[in-house]
Amino acid sequence: MIGIGVLKGLWVTLREFLGTYPAGRWLLTRLGASTGQGLFTIEYPEVKQQHAERHRVFPFLVYDASPDNLRCVACKICEQECPPQCIHIVGPAKDEQGRPLKAHGRTFPVKFDIDVSICMSCRICVDVCPFDAIEMDNAHELSGFDRFAEMVYTKEQLLKSNEYFQQIKPTEASVVDQRLAAKAAKTAMPPQPAASP
Amino acid sequence: MDQLFVVLKSSVVQLAGRWLPEGALPFVSMGLTIAAIAAAAPVIMMYLTWLERKIIARMQNRLGPNRVGLYGLAQPLADGLKMLIKEDIVPEGADRLVHSLAPVVAVVPALLVFAVLPFGRNMIAADLNVGLLYFLAVSSISSYAIFMGGWASRNKFSLLGAMRGVAQIISYEVPSVLSVVVVIMVAGTLSMGGIVEAQASRWFVFTPWGFVAALIFFLSGVAEVNRTPFDMPEAESEIVAGFHTEYSGMKFALWYMAEFLEAFAISAFTVTLFLGGWQGPAIPLWWVLFGSVCLVATARTIPSVLRVLGVVACVGSGVVAYLANEAVPSWAWFLAKTYGLVFVLVWFRGTLPRLRVDQLMGLAWKFFLPLTLINIASAALWVAMPGPSGGVLAGALLILSGWWLIRLNNPAPLQPRTYLFVE
Repeated sequence: MIGIGVLKGLWVTLREFLGTYPAGRWLLTRLGASTGQGLFTIEYPEVKQQHAERHRVFPFLVYDASPDNLRCVACKICEQECPPQCIHIVGPAKDEQGRPLKAHGRTFPVKFDIDVSICMSCRICVDVCPFDAIEMDNAHELSGFDRFAEMVYTKEQLLKSNEYFQQIKPTEASVVDQRLAAKAAKTAMPPQPAASP
Repeated sequence: MDQLFVVLKSSVVQLAGRWLPEGALPFVSMGLTIAAIAAAAPVIMMYLTWLERKIIARMQNRLGPNRVGLYGLAQPLADGLKMLIKEDIVPEGADRLVHSLAPVVAVVPALLVFAVLPFGRNMIAADLNVGLLYFLAVSSISSYAIFMGGWASRNKFSLLGAMRGVAQIISYEVPSVLSVVVVIMVAGTLSMGGIVEAQASRWFVFTPWGFVAALIFFLSGVAEVNRTPFDMPEAESEIVAGFHTEYSGMKFALWYMAEFLEAFAISAFTVTLFLGGWQGPAIPLWWVLFGSVCLVATARTIPSVLRVLGVVACVGSGVVAYLANEAVPSWAWFLAKTYGLVFVLVWFRGTLPRLRVDQLMGLAWKFFLPLTLINIASAALWVAMPGPSGGVLAGALLILSGWWLIRLNNPAPLQPRTYLFVE
């Protein structure tokens, strides 16, 4: 019968319209009809969407215990591997004689800048880092008014604690912590004599 | 309550009579009516855009405008401000005069038709004895405006849109006018007030010919004001924005104002001609006010202070209305019915995809036009044979011919093709 399709379509939109109001939902359930999908708008500034744990936006530098105890040793692998080349590292820090300075038994970068407007959130820096010093953050409200003063994140802005990492990404952080603990145990133990073949 | 605005106006005229000579009072009265319509029309248009956005959003499970003011109620003001401060671009090589004139020519008739609209009992600006003819004549001026706009823009898309628009408007004018003929036949008058009075016992939509005529008039109206599913003149997917492609700023807003006012006018005239105009059952006003108490009390978005105030105001006025034994005023009936039809317009827009040009023309010329002609015969039967037999005959004629027209317009589907040389 001609026109039935149009009426069916009109019913679908009317049902979705009514289903977004409490009174409409009540009416639809009384009629025995489906109540539609309901509103799915998240009113952003007031209500924030719960992100998946794997959601990633921009890298940050992990430190343990205190900000000067950062894991990064300024090896510059991430700088070289970064596809859009948004990482800029100066270091490792050296004294006047040219000997590398150490903090907590490690060298450290003098400058570590990442340009947020260039970063493409690819996570390659995290994958290549042999020290698990850089990880992906999920903070995404990164807009600013100045291209260079606000978009280029310095070392101080990038440093975030391991506790923060555990908080935003529990699964990934525990894997990293286990790996680091295993590595620490290996270096702390005296070298075992190799088993005779 | 029913005569609120009429009493308000006459008291203002009386007040003016203290200082002004007797001869000036008719002009004061006219000026007040004109001022009321001229002030109401932009407000109606602005809040139609808000209403449309809200309803469409809800149909798509969104919230719609909700940032500017409560429920986004100030959004139309923000949009208006934005339109005002936008750059007004006239394309190079365009006919500047006609380009600027076209939106004005579009808005003026849309405003003029409000003159013969009976908003309520005794609430009609000019109850012309040829009111219906006036409406049909004035509302068809919009095709000139559309063609002026499209031609003067010196843009292929504009011209294509304008040509489509003019073809469509002229095509749908024919069934629209012919569907109204039955109302004139039965009511025996062209005055809008008279037509509403003639529906006191029964709204025309509850007769067989009235139902068909109402459907055809409303759908032709939807096509005449270029709304979905008949919005070929401004089909985004094909011709950018049609005849108003080259318009920006306030001129664009004027096009939109014309369009929304015409949509409102089509709904209002369908209500006046077929849905009983401002007539309605005498529902006690306090029922409605009680309903609004429930609405205000449960609205979570409104700050609680406003909610309490609203509930108190509604309960107070409800008690007053109950004591005064007031019924729902006639203008409220008119507005409620009109906004109901506006909702239907938006509902169409939220549901139906755009028709093809040949489908659109086919609907007008091959279905609506013959059906309106048969409808005139059916109304003649109704008038000539008062009583149930005439009604049955008229209804049977319409159902049979409607079925026949659908059959004629839908030839038998093609047989499944048999391939001889392919497995």
